[in-house]
Amino acid sequence: MSKTHVTCTVNGEETEFLCDSNQTVLDVLREDLGLTGSKEGCGSGDCGACSVLVDGRLVCSCLMFGSEAEGTSITTIEGIADGENLHPVQSQFLKHAALQCGFCTPGLIVATKALLDANPSPTDEEARYWLAGNLCRCTGYDKIMNAVHAAAAELRGESA
Amino acid sequence: MNDISLKDALKVVGTRPVRPDGVDKVMGRAQFGGDAVMPGMIFGSTVRSPHAHARIIKIDTSAAEAMKGVRAVVTAADLPNITSEEAFVGEGPMNFRDLSCNLMARDKVLYDGHVVAAVAATSTSIARAAAEAIKVEYEVLPHVINEMEAMQPGAPVLHDDIFTSGVDPKPTTPSNVVKRMEFAKGDLEAGFAAADKIVERTYTTAPVHQAYIEPHACVAAFNPDGQCQVICSSQGHFMVRAYCAKLLGIDISEIRVTPAEIGGGFGGKTLVYLEPLALALSRKAGRPVRMVMTREEVFRGSGPTSGGTINVKVGAKMDGTITAAHAEVILQAGAYPGSPIGPALMTCWAMYDIENASAVGFDVVSNRPKVAAYRAPGAPISTYATESAVDELSRAIGMDPIELRLKNAAKDGTKALYGPTFQNIGYVETLEAAKNHPNLQAKLGPNQGRGVAAGFWFNIGGESSASLAVNEDGTIALVSGSPDIGGSRASMAMMAAEVLGVNVERVRPIIGDTASVGFTFVTGGSRVTFATGTAVCDASDDIVKQLRGRAAKLWEIDVEAVEWRDGSAYPAGDNAGKFEPLSLADIAVKSGRTGGPIAAKATVNAQGAGPGWGVHVVDVEVDKETGHVKILRYTAAQDVGRAIHPSYVEGQVQGGAVQGIGWALNEEYIYDKDGRLDNGGFLDYRVPVASDLPKIDVALVEVPNPRHPFGAKGVGEVPIVPPMAAIANAIFDATGVRMTSLPMSPPKVRAALDAAGK
Amino acid sequence: MYSPTYAAPTTVDEAVGLLANASGAARVLSGGTDLIIQMRSGRLRPEVIVDIKKIAGTIGIREEADGWHIGAATPGAEIGEHAGLCAAWPGVTEAVQLIGSTQVQGRASFAGNLCNASPAGDSVPGLVAAGALAVIVGKNGKRTVPVEDVPVSPGRTSLAADEFVYEFIIPKASGKTSDAYLRFIPRTEMDIAVVGCGITVTLDASGTCTAAKVCLGAVAPTILVLDDAAKILIGNKLDDATLAKLDAAAQAACKPIDDKRGTIEFRTKVAGVLARRVAAIAFERAAAR
Repeated sequence: MSKTHVTCTVNGEETEFLCDSNQTVLDVLREDLGLTGSKEGCGSGDCGACSVLVDGRLVCSCLMFGSEAEGTSITTIEGIADGENLHPVQSQFLKHAALQCGFCTPGLIVATKALLDANPSPTDEEARYWLAGNLCRCTGYDKIMNAVHAAAAELRGESA
Repeated sequence: MNDISLKDALKVVGTRPVRPDGVDKVMGRAQFGGDAVMPGMIFGSTVRSPHAHARIIKIDTSAAEAMKGVRAVVTAADLPNITSEEAFVGEGPMNFRDLSCNLMARDKVLYDGHVVAAVAATSTSIARAAAEAIKVEYEVLPHVINEMEAMQPGAPVLHDDIFTSGVDPKPTTPSNVVKRMEFAKGDLEAGFAAADKIVERTYTTAPVHQAYIEPHACVAAFNPDGQCQVICSSQGHFMVRAYCAKLLGIDISEIRVTPAEIGGGFGGKTLVYLEPLALALSRKAGRPVRMVMTREEVFRGSGPTSGGTINVKVGAKMDGTITAAHAEVILQAGAYPGSPIGPALMTCWAMYDIENASAVGFDVVSNRPKVAAYRAPGAPISTYATESAVDELSRAIGMDPIELRLKNAAKDGTKALYGPTFQNIGYVETLEAAKNHPNLQAKLGPNQGRGVAAGFWFNIGGESSASLAVNEDGTIALVSGSPDIGGSRASMAMMAAEVLGVNVERVRPIIGDTASVGFTFVTGGSRVTFATGTAVCDASDDIVKQLRGRAAKLWEIDVEAVEWRDGSAYPAGDNAGKFEPLSLADIAVKSGRTGGPIAAKATVNAQGAGPGWGVHVVDVEVDKETGHVKILRYTAAQDVGRAIHPSYVEGQVQGGAVQGIGWALNEEYIYDKDGRLDNGGFLDYRVPVASDLPKIDVALVEVPNPRHPFGAKGVGEVPIVPPMAAIANAIFDATGVRMTSLPMSPPKVRAALDAAGK
Repeated sequence: MYSPTYAAPTTVDEAVGLLANASGAARVLSGGTDLIIQMRSGRLRPEVIVDIKKIAGTIGIREEADGWHIGAATPGAEIGEHAGLCAAWPGVTEAVQLIGSTQVQGRASFAGNLCNASPAGDSVPGLVAAGALAVIVGKNGKRTVPVEDVPVSPGRTSLAADEFVYEFIIPKASGKTSDAYLRFIPRTEMDIAVVGCGITVTLDASGTCTAAKVCLGAVAPTILVLDDAAKILIGNKLDDATLAKLDAAAQAACKPIDDKRGTIEFRTKVAGVLARRVAAIAFERAAAR
């Protein structure tokens, strides 16, 4: 079988890979690039655990072929922190105990970052609808919403 | 050692530190089952039955075996033929033979999704293609899905060796009814005769899946010398070890299981589906094998909990005294025996002090996946019915539902229908907390209603192990045997820090593999904070004792003259001599001179888990034109004994309540006419999403459990018990229509409203 | 072993050539939110995947004299961010934003939703009600058809094997014209429509309807255009009697199935409910023009 050669940027670094035409970006990240922070919970775009940013746009990496990544810039959960400095969304998730098992957490953090990039002051309803594609079975979303609003306040420069 | 009533004296317990495994989890570094790697590993896949019930005539693996990249194919012929034997390994009743047949069908497939073969290849895509190339010839048999149909004479019989137990005389012909159980006290007939009002109704529930977001996953290596390594996501790596040993016929000492991070379980990961298959494939292939289920496989092949049919009759006097209560509960077991019928019966009246009560139940097999434990197994099903009936009763006698519950509440000294006499329980306090919550002052608008329901779970103790080592710099390594499913590492570290008198950051907790820590029963039944926490405290106490001994040695005084306060050794009084206090770090650095390393281990079989009580109050709004139910407000009060890390305790309550909301409103297994699962994905198996929900307000009640060093009771199970009845009762309050069938999905609510002319 | 060929042509001719010359089944890839799932489940195994997103004009929104031109593969999120189009056609743009999650919105497109040919596609009733046209390209050149002419049955379209949708044209809303779309789902998000309804109305100065188009999704093998319902609205204001007739007309037009997402009875009743609710929103919006 022939493989497609793809050049793109992953978490700020130029990255090359070869992929089968039916491999998804999630498959490539996890199997070929060793970036296992993005999770596969469903493989059908229904759970959001594989959320990544492609050219700043929030997508499910399970719903995009690796071949389509040519020339794009992809940010995964591994690229959210600034080196060892946690992004405010990450630190607020910790502070507010917004995770239990932690499996959905990478996707939720990427999706929350995308939300706050697009809308620095979301209402609770806006945040809940934005994150409706990120299933969490442990928390009931309550503490996640607290963390989202605290991160928004921190990013706006307000004391949380 | 601690006076558990002195909450104010606690420095660590009751605070909210950042969890020790948190940074890995928010950075995407945590290693879950599907992330683990072994050198040279290959990839497994399974072949699953498309039929609900069929005899396996022939399995032709030749085409798959001939494919490039395929390294092993395994069928039931490659596994030992296990004889019937009761297993006490995971949560709930199990039989080793049944589990073996559930893992890999032997003669018959008993449900859509039943595994018939497995294959390992050099890539997942080759493995999946090879699985498709395995040809299985079936003789399709008539099937039965519904539990009531499965009980009927003439129904297709799944097993020819099931003869209903618990009935006299024992039947001589096999059937799908595994057993009948009964709990009874008092005189039911006299109790109903004394009642002014009696309500009686039949309720049904649909099977629901735990729907953890992480699919089952493992990587396993079977070495030529017989030693096996498994890394997997489970609720108990000792459970995985025991099942693998039994199902593959190898010694326990040959298997080492390392727990990966677990992406949710809720009971569904207290048994094995993949690990023995991965080992069998690895043995044949000579390479480590990783297996990861797809989401569809999770729904089709792993255990949901039972659906059931419940008949309830309950009566009271006009003053609110409940005089008699009866429930008959019929539960689906899935393809093999073992529904949670026992706990369903034991829990359903546990909230009440009733003189005359009974609960009768049946465990019924049908052509569905074998059920697995799901959060308070059985209790949500039976309690949906009994708490709906009590609501109906409260309306019949015109009494506030919380007042009716207060009047009949189980208290210290109440003898439960299932036997024990309750002690140190906080049910009345929990009812009061719900009653006094500000949410109950909110005014309701048109088409809005308020519902109340309570729930009970035993909580359990059992076997746990923990060890602590004092590092050279005075920091602490803490190892326990309980997989951390919702933040328990944080509470273990906090309890150790509290006992030792050090900052929690000084304690690094990990979960040891099966070779590194003593046997520990599964993370389930709401036992870890209680039982493993007790082991951690015992080991910490031992460390303190050793530290005092080392200080005594350094000071050359009697150990009894040394006391331990705030992380340091002090002379116990003036008589002991004048010494500068020695901190834990001071003693640690000198440990070589005072007798060597300081370490301790503790093993417990903890008894006396305090039972848990929850009272939920929910406000809903019903769109009468579409049947859509919106949750407006949600209040969950619960007796938790003592909240070690209140954030994660609240999180357990919120998460359980929301799973209950999903169970109440939309979640269900839907089968087509051929007995195939029609909604095996997150698109049509509808778990709650963030926008479906309001805040979930939690009122923690702390009536300490004297059998735990800090008073903790189990927390995780109770909150899934009340939501279904609470929501049904709220829908009644809003519309005057009683919903007697779960889920209360829009088509059913609209149909019920239409039928009632509302 | 199954291994399709992926191609990302940069011109229409190249794409049409790939589709026309494919030896086996070929599929057009825009957002992929249906195609990739169908391939993964094994329901679809195309030999060739033609990604049209590198072709100029397939992504983006332009306002021209004949209307709004929307590239076939423009993701829903981008449509939702286009203030001009959202103001002009709130129903159409809200509908496309109901497809899936925020993540799915990052990829899902009008063309994919239309050509997946599910009767429940959320964006289709709104497009049809707005009078949108699909610009189809193929080896015989370009043709423009009403959107409702594209799907012919569940999973099938009227497009030839060498054709694909290049862009959509939504006419400019003139005068007091506006639209609305609602769907019913069991949850609040993430579900396939059990019933969907899109309505466009034009009012005169008095609030009387002068033109209307009413469409229902998920209640028949393809979306339904309800001429009877439109006639009920035309010449009337938004009064209870009109709404009751509209409800009845919508219910009468339904030919739904029983499935895991809803029963015949439920779908029929909800179609009437939605028609009333959608009409109310569309009238209010049109009146405010």
